Amino acid sequence: MSSADISIHKDVHHAHDEHDHHHDQNFFEKYIFSQDHKVIGKQFLFMGILWAFIGGFLSILFRLQLGWPEATFTFLEPILGGWIENGKLNPEFYLAMVTMHGTIMVFFVLTAGLSGTFFNFLIPLQIGARDMASGFMNMLSFWFFFLASVILFISLFLDSGPAGGGWTVYPPLSALPQAIEGSKSGMTLWLIAMALFIVSQLLGGVNYITTVINLRTKGMSMTKMPLTIWSFFLTAILGLLSFPVLFSAALLLIFDRSFGTSFYLSDIYIAGEALANTGGSPILFQHLFWFLGHPEVYIVILPSFGMVSEVISTNARKPIFGYRAMIGSLLGIALLSFVVWAHHMFVTGMNPFLGSVFMFLTLIIAVPSAVKVFNWLATLWRGNIRFTAAMMFSIGFVSLFIAGGLTGIILGNSSLDIHLHDTYFVIAHFHLVMGAAAFFGMFTGVYHWFPKMFGRMMDEKLGYIHFWLTFVAVYLVFMPMHYLGIAGFPRRYYSWTTFDSFSMFGDLNAFISIAAIIGFGAQFIFLFNFIYSIFKGRRASMNPWHSNTLEWTTPPLPGHGNWPGEIPAVYRWPYDYSKPGAAEDYIPQTVPFSETQSSNLPHEKDLE
Amino acid sequence: MSTSTTLEAPNSGTWDGGNEPLKASYGKLMMWFFLLSDAFTFGALLIVYGLSRHKHLPYTGDPDAFTFSTEWWPIPEKVYNAFPGLHGMDLPLAFVALMTMILILSSVTMVLAVEAGHRMDKNDVQKWLLWTILFGSIFLGCQAWEWAHFISGDDTGMVLSDGTQIFGANLTVNQYGPPLFADLFFFITGFHGTHVFSGVVLLVMIFINTVNGVYHKRGHYEMVEKVGLYWHFVDLVWVFVFTFFYLI
Repeated sequence: MSSADISIHKDVHHAHDEHDHHHDQNFFEKYIFSQDHKVIGKQFLFMGILWAFIGGFLSILFRLQLGWPEATFTFLEPILGGWIENGKLNPEFYLAMVTMHGTIMVFFVLTAGLSGTFFNFLIPLQIGARDMASGFMNMLSFWFFFLASVILFISLFLDSGPAGGGWTVYPPLSALPQAIEGSKSGMTLWLIAMALFIVSQLLGGVNYITTVINLRTKGMSMTKMPLTIWSFFLTAILGLLSFPVLFSAALLLIFDRSFGTSFYLSDIYIAGEALANTGGSPILFQHLFWFLGHPEVYIVILPSFGMVSEVISTNARKPIFGYRAMIGSLLGIALLSFVVWAHHMFVTGMNPFLGSVFMFLTLIIAVPSAVKVFNWLATLWRGNIRFTAAMMFSIGFVSLFIAGGLTGIILGNSSLDIHLHDTYFVIAHFHLVMGAAAFFGMFTGVYHWFPKMFGRMMDEKLGYIHFWLTFVAVYLVFMPMHYLGIAGFPRRYYSWTTFDSFSMFGDLNAFISIAAIIGFGAQFIFLFNFIYSIFKGRRASMNPWHSNTLEWTTPPLPGHGNWPGEIPAVYRWPYDYSKPGAAEDYIPQTVPFSETQSSNLPHEKDLE
Repeated sequence: MSTSTTLEAPNSGTWDGGNEPLKASYGKLMMWFFLLSDAFTFGALLIVYGLSRHKHLPYTGDPDAFTFSTEWWPIPEKVYNAFPGLHGMDLPLAFVALMTMILILSSVTMVLAVEAGHRMDKNDVQKWLLWTILFGSIFLGCQAWEWAHFISGDDTGMVLSDGTQIFGANLTVNQYGPPLFADLFFFITGFHGTHVFSGVVLLVMIFINTVNGVYHKRGHYEMVEKVGLYWHFVDLVWVFVFTFFYLI
C-alpha cells in the first residue's frame, strides 16, 4: 500500500520543480495527520521542546524551594494558585513536581522527543528510503504519544495534583490512593498516560526496526550504515523488549489500585487500620520496573551516541575511529543493559551474593563505554576541527559522559551504593551521564540537521552563547551535588533545614539553584534561535557541512519521497573524510570507487 | 575492470540493501517484532506468577486429604475438576484439556487457511477461516464457563478460622487458596482471553475481506498469513499459561 503512495508522489516530483510541494494534499493531511516521516519527526520535536520547557520549569520551582528554604514565594501565586500556602510551597506539591519532572524528562522528552524526532527524520533519509515502512502506523505512533501527553498535562491541573510517588512509582505508595495526595487521580492519569505512551513506543519501534532491515537502499549493507542508524536500530530493539515489561507492571499496578488485587501489596497498615491485601510483594514491582528502567536509560543515551559519532567525524574531518568497535560496543551496551537492572535495588535487602553478580555485570559496562569515549577522543585527535554549534555540543557530550560515567563506576559497587543510595550523589551521576548528556545529544542533532529539517541554518553565534551558558551551568549545578551526596544529603526531601548536619549546605544549595536558573534561562536563547531560524534563518545549501551520508544528497527541503529522482545507491562507508589523494576532504557514500581512483586504498582497487 | 562509470552496480549480497534480507515483507516483519514484544509482556506476567507462587507455601500433606486453605497454594487438579453438565463429579483438568485441544485444533485450521491462501483458493480460505473463527469462539465460550464456575465456586467452599464459609472467588476473596491465586488466574487468563478475542475479531475482519475478494484482487493472501502468525502465537502462549496454571 505504501509503495503505491510513493510512486504517486514520485510522479508529482517529476512534473514539478523539486523545490515546491504541490501535492493534492490539504492542510490537515500535510501538517496535522501527516504520514510523512519528516513531518512526524518535526511534530515529535515540537512536542519534545514544549515538554522540555515544562519539565525544566518544574525543576526551577523545586530548586527555588531547595535553594531558599526560608523564603516566601508569594510571587508564584498567580501561576501555582493553591499550591502556594502563605507563600510556602505545599510539600505534597513538591513531591508531585519532582515526580513530574522525572517522568516528563525521561519519557516524554528524552525518549519520545529525542527518539521520535531523529529516528523518524533520519532513518529513511540516511538509509535511502522514501519513507518509513508503514507511514500510517508512524502517524498513529505520534498521535498515541500526543494523547498520552494531553492526559499527563491534564493531570497537572487536578485538585489533588499530579502523580507524587516519584517517577519510578513504587508501590505501595503509588498503589494506595489514601497514602498521599499524589496517589489519587493524578496517579491514575499517570498510569493511563504511560500505557498510551508504551503503545506509541511499540508502534514506532516495530516501524524503525523493519525499516532498517527491509528498506535500505542498494549497497547500504549493515557495515556501511552510519553509526546514527546503528544506534537508532539498537535503541528501537531495546524499547521493543523492555517497554512491554513496564506495560505488564503498570497493568498489575492499575489492578492493585482500582480493583482490590494484591500483586504488590501485603500486610499494610494505614492510620492504624490494617488493609485486607496479603501475599503480594512491592519488591516484585521494582524488579519489573527496573527491567524496563535500566534499558530505558540506554534508550535515552544510545541515540546521542550515534548522532555524536556522526557529528564528531564530520566536523573533525576525519573517519570515525574504530567504526566496527563502535558498533560492537553499542551491541555490548545494549546486551548488558538487560542484565544489570538490580543495581538500582542494592538496598532492598537482596542477597549480597546476587548483589555482587549484578555489580560485576554493571562494572563490565564501563568497558564498551570506555571504548566509545576513547574512539571519540581518537577521532578528535589531530583532526581539522570545525567548531560548529553542533560540534560544540558533541564535544560537550563527551565531556559530560566522562564526568557522569566515572561516578557510575562508584555507584555500581554495591558496598558504596549502600551509603550513596538516594542521595544527591545519584542525582548528580544520572543527570550528568544521561540527563544533560542526552540533552546535549539532542542539541547536537537539532543544530546539525536543522538545515535538512527546515531548509535554513541556525545562528552560530547564538548557538555558541547557548552552548557555553548551558555547559557551564550544567557543571555548576551537578558538580556540587556530588559533595552534597557524599555528605548524605537525601534526594526528594522537601525541607532539609531541620537536620543540623545539613545546615552548612545552605549556601551551596542556593549556588546550585542560581546556576540552574541561569542554565534554564539559556534555553530561551535556543528557543529564540530555533523559532527565528525556521522563518528567518540563512537559507541552507544542499550539503552545508560537507557531509557524506545520504540525507545530504536530497534537496535542501526534501519533499514527499525524499529524492526527486531515483534513490541513490551506496558504494562506500559514510566516513571517508580527508582521504589522502582525494580531490575534496569528503567523499559521499554515493560516489563509486571507480570515480576516486587517486584516493583508493590497495584493497579498494578491486572495487573499481 | 575499471569501467569508470557511475552505472556500475553496488554490492548485492543478502544484507547489502535494496532487498528483503529476511525474505519477509515489512508487514510480516512487523508482526514478528510485535509478537516478540508481546512475548515479553506475557513473560513478565508469568514471572510474576512464578515468584508469587514461590512466596507461598505448597501443600505438603496427603493429596486425598487436601482442603482449600489460605495457608497454602492449592493443588491445580483439586481446583479445576468441574465439567459442564456433570455436576459434582471429580474430573481433574478434563475441561481445560478439552479447551486446549480446541485451541490447538484452531491452529491446525489456521495453517490450512494460510496454505489455501498460498494456492489462491478463495473458497478454501473462507472455509478454514470460518472453522478457525468457530474454534476460537468455542474456546472463548469455554473460558467464560470456566470463569463463571471459578467465580461461583463449588459446593464445599472454604471454612475460615472464624467458622464462616466462603464460596467462589473474586479479586479479593478466594475459596481455593490465597487471594493472589485468584488474582493471577483472573489477570493472566483474562489477558490471554483478551488476546484470543482480538484474534477472533481480526479473523472476522479478514474473513469479510476474503469473501469480498479484497485479497484475491490484491494477488496474495499475506494478510491471512500475518493474522495466522498472531493466532499461532496466542496458541503458544496458552500452552505456557496452561503449563503454569494447571500442570505445575
